[in-house]
Amino acid sequence: MSRKIDQAFYDIGHLDILAEGNTPLHRLDPRAKLLTTVVFILTVVSFGKYEIARLLPFFLYPALLIGLGELPFTFLLKKVLLVSPFVIFIGIFNPWLDRQVMLQLGPLAISGGWISFISLLLRFTLTIGAALLLIATTGFGAICMALERLGAPQVFTVQLLLLYRYLFILVEESIRMMRAHSLRSFSAKGRITYQVFLQMLGNLLLRTIDRAQRIHMAMLSRAFTGEIKIVRQFRFGYKEACFLGGFGALFLCLRLTDLTALLGRLVLGITG
Amino acid sequence: MSHHIVEVKDLKFHYPDQTPALRGVSFKIRHGESVAIVGANGAGKSTLLLHLNGYLSPVEGQVRIGDYQLTPETVREVRRTVGMVFQDPDDQLFMSTVFDDVAFGPLNLGFTAEDVTDRVEKALATVGVSHLKTRPPYRLSTGQKRRVAIASVLSMSPDILVMDEPSAGLDPRARTQLIDLLRSFQHTKIIATHDLDMVVDLCERTIVMHDGQISADGPTMQIFSDEKLLAESCLEKPLRLQGCPVCSCRDSSTAIGQI
Amino acid sequence: MHMADALLSPAVGGTMWAATAATTVYCSAKVRQSLDDRKVPLMGVLAAFIFAAQMINFTIPGTGSSGHLGGGLILAILLGPYAAFLAIASVLTVQALFFADGGLLALGCNIFHMGTIPCFFAYPLIYKKIVGDHPSRARLLTGSLLGAVIGLQLGAFGVVMESTLSGISELPFSSFVMLMQPIHLAIGIVEGFVTAGIVSFIWQARPEIIEKAAADQPIGTLSIGKILIGLAAATVFTGGILSWYASEHPDGLEWSMFKVSGQEELKDTDGLHQSLKNVQGQTAFLPDYNFKGSKEGDSGRLGTSTAGLVGGFTVLLLAFAIGLILKKRGSAGHDHAHDHSHPHHH
Repeated sequence: MSRKIDQAFYDIGHLDILAEGNTPLHRLDPRAKLLTTVVFILTVVSFGKYEIARLLPFFLYPALLIGLGELPFTFLLKKVLLVSPFVIFIGIFNPWLDRQVMLQLGPLAISGGWISFISLLLRFTLTIGAALLLIATTGFGAICMALERLGAPQVFTVQLLLLYRYLFILVEESIRMMRAHSLRSFSAKGRITYQVFLQMLGNLLLRTIDRAQRIHMAMLSRAFTGEIKIVRQFRFGYKEACFLGGFGALFLCLRLTDLTALLGRLVLGITG
Repeated sequence: MSHHIVEVKDLKFHYPDQTPALRGVSFKIRHGESVAIVGANGAGKSTLLLHLNGYLSPVEGQVRIGDYQLTPETVREVRRTVGMVFQDPDDQLFMSTVFDDVAFGPLNLGFTAEDVTDRVEKALATVGVSHLKTRPPYRLSTGQKRRVAIASVLSMSPDILVMDEPSAGLDPRARTQLIDLLRSFQHTKIIATHDLDMVVDLCERTIVMHDGQISADGPTMQIFSDEKLLAESCLEKPLRLQGCPVCSCRDSSTAIGQI
Repeated sequence: MHMADALLSPAVGGTMWAATAATTVYCSAKVRQSLDDRKVPLMGVLAAFIFAAQMINFTIPGTGSSGHLGGGLILAILLGPYAAFLAIASVLTVQALFFADGGLLALGCNIFHMGTIPCFFAYPLIYKKIVGDHPSRARLLTGSLLGAVIGLQLGAFGVVMESTLSGISELPFSSFVMLMQPIHLAIGIVEGFVTAGIVSFIWQARPEIIEKAAADQPIGTLSIGKILIGLAAATVFTGGILSWYASEHPDGLEWSMFKVSGQEELKDTDGLHQSLKNVQGQTAFLPDYNFKGSKEGDSGRLGTSTAGLVGGFTVLLLAFAIGLILKKRGSAGHDHAHDHSHPHHH
């Protein structure tokens, strides 16, 4: 999947800044948010493929998070839409392959294929949305620390942190390289040929390996002995337990019952 | 007490491909001195600096830091005493927040979490970046990065500060702030630099290097008055010592404000 | 291509996650034991390199379409399998969180396809076997090409298996395979060339890097079990290729596939459906196996009724309203003292 490199740079920076927001939601221990997200995703994904109505209440979670975290809805929506092509491409086969009519809404006959396709899209929006919301309310560093506290190997979490730290530099270097290239290329679109690409990446790789050496030097100068240690203060307290417990119960409830049908009947009953 | 003495005796070093880098360097720096190491690019300044904390090992000769002869066994102790700040701050700020970078050293030295936090806060306050504690490095300016890099070394309480081009890339104000900051330090300072004006402000002693050897070692002002020496070592006088900006302009036809 | 949460069932997703988690723990222990503390910063920046490199596109000579580097194989060459796995896993994790590439549940699958397979199948069993301890240009290219192609075929096959076993997508197994394998063959070839190209570049500029990397991982340590797995993988791959040749190539399908890898529009919908039916009938690969969840059994259980939909939409409206109200309250309630500094470009 290709993406515009400076857009990517902006996106990560923006999400990072969003994660520094100062709402009670942001201040929750990251482990609570991470675990809630995991429960959410597993619950959503566990529905059968023809479910639509029972998936809809799950939008309460992103709605609440966006509200409590004061996050920009359009920005997040755009990011979700941006990655939808693959899923749409796979899912669009459903309406053709599954033509058995399943639902009759008055004069409209809806086939199982369309239902499963819509269900797929809902699933997609919910799961992807949950991941984005996690990063937008928690921040990458905190997530890494949460992972470590939850048992991930320290070598891996340190690797995540180092990657995160240096990807900005590498992305900036790449942007500079491509800009220099496009200033010197005479084709209108500045397309990079295969040969040039190899040269660019080769040079970037060599510089990166050299940089690794200098970083290592700096680490040794500060008494590095092979393991990077980090100090973090985390508290998983009452608020966190309520958050995780409350949402967990909600998701479970929605999964195991059909509240929406109940509500629907009520509404229909009221409106006659 | 030989605590903070840096002594180098007849240091020789060449790279794996046999290019000589240092051809017999000797000097002795005492506690509290501020020494500048100047010279053209390729003279061997950075290579020399890398010997002072054991990153490079001499092919011949000795390095002595305080009570310790520098050997693979004493390297760890030496790195407690010698705090090194490199040219590119991005190479030294490798953690995801300022706090973590400054805490890296003390954590490696084995201090407790409370001690570490204490040291970090003191170091950040000393360089004036306490408000940047939770900032990720990619959102710092060059001047801020340099100060954080210095803090990351200060938190280890070194006795000797070794710095490679500390003022490179700084805007005028950041540079002034850096010079003021360094002036306030009591540590022994060894600074390799091209910024000769900073040397005038900061270092009472200067070592001139040329082609892997020391061509002069003495009081700063004396060295910068010796034009022959400077020329031989491919250097020039610091800008402020180059006389009147109007009449001593190199190409008189472009002198500004000709009367 | 990345697997997506939406296409996964908890069972399949969970299993892949368990495998990936176990591999991560194993590799972390191996890296820690390795005593080479230079690996730590090297892993970090090389992962950053791959991350950035994946966003640089180049035009593939002769086709006009664009390609880019995946990176699994090249990391394995430079870092060895264990560190490379961790590096790739970290890149995919960042992509999953920031770019919503696939999703968090699918991350387990994606790390398997793009990490475990290149590092523990393609690299040791194909690349290393071909290139050996003393690389030559020809062997480098062959090793990279085969390693990349086979690795990507296995990965694509993995996506198909996971989707089919999860049962969310209606695509029948054989059609999905026919869709995925050829695209990934092309991607694999590109990856192989790029990997070989970059490794050659490094080899010319600084041969000691490649030679050291090659020396660090001697081939003599492989077990029989791994070789058997390798053979099985090769069989699967060959079977896929043969079935591809066995079926007729409906030109419409092939052209659509290539167009689809760059854009999402699908042309000639009826023609496509018909072609798929042909392919489905003629493919020789696992002919009687039908993985599709039987629709006949499902027709009784209708997950969606009219009442349910009404209820669902009501809740949706409620959710939207709640979100808006909370946001309005929040922004009215306290100062926004934003003192974020912007990235400084020097």
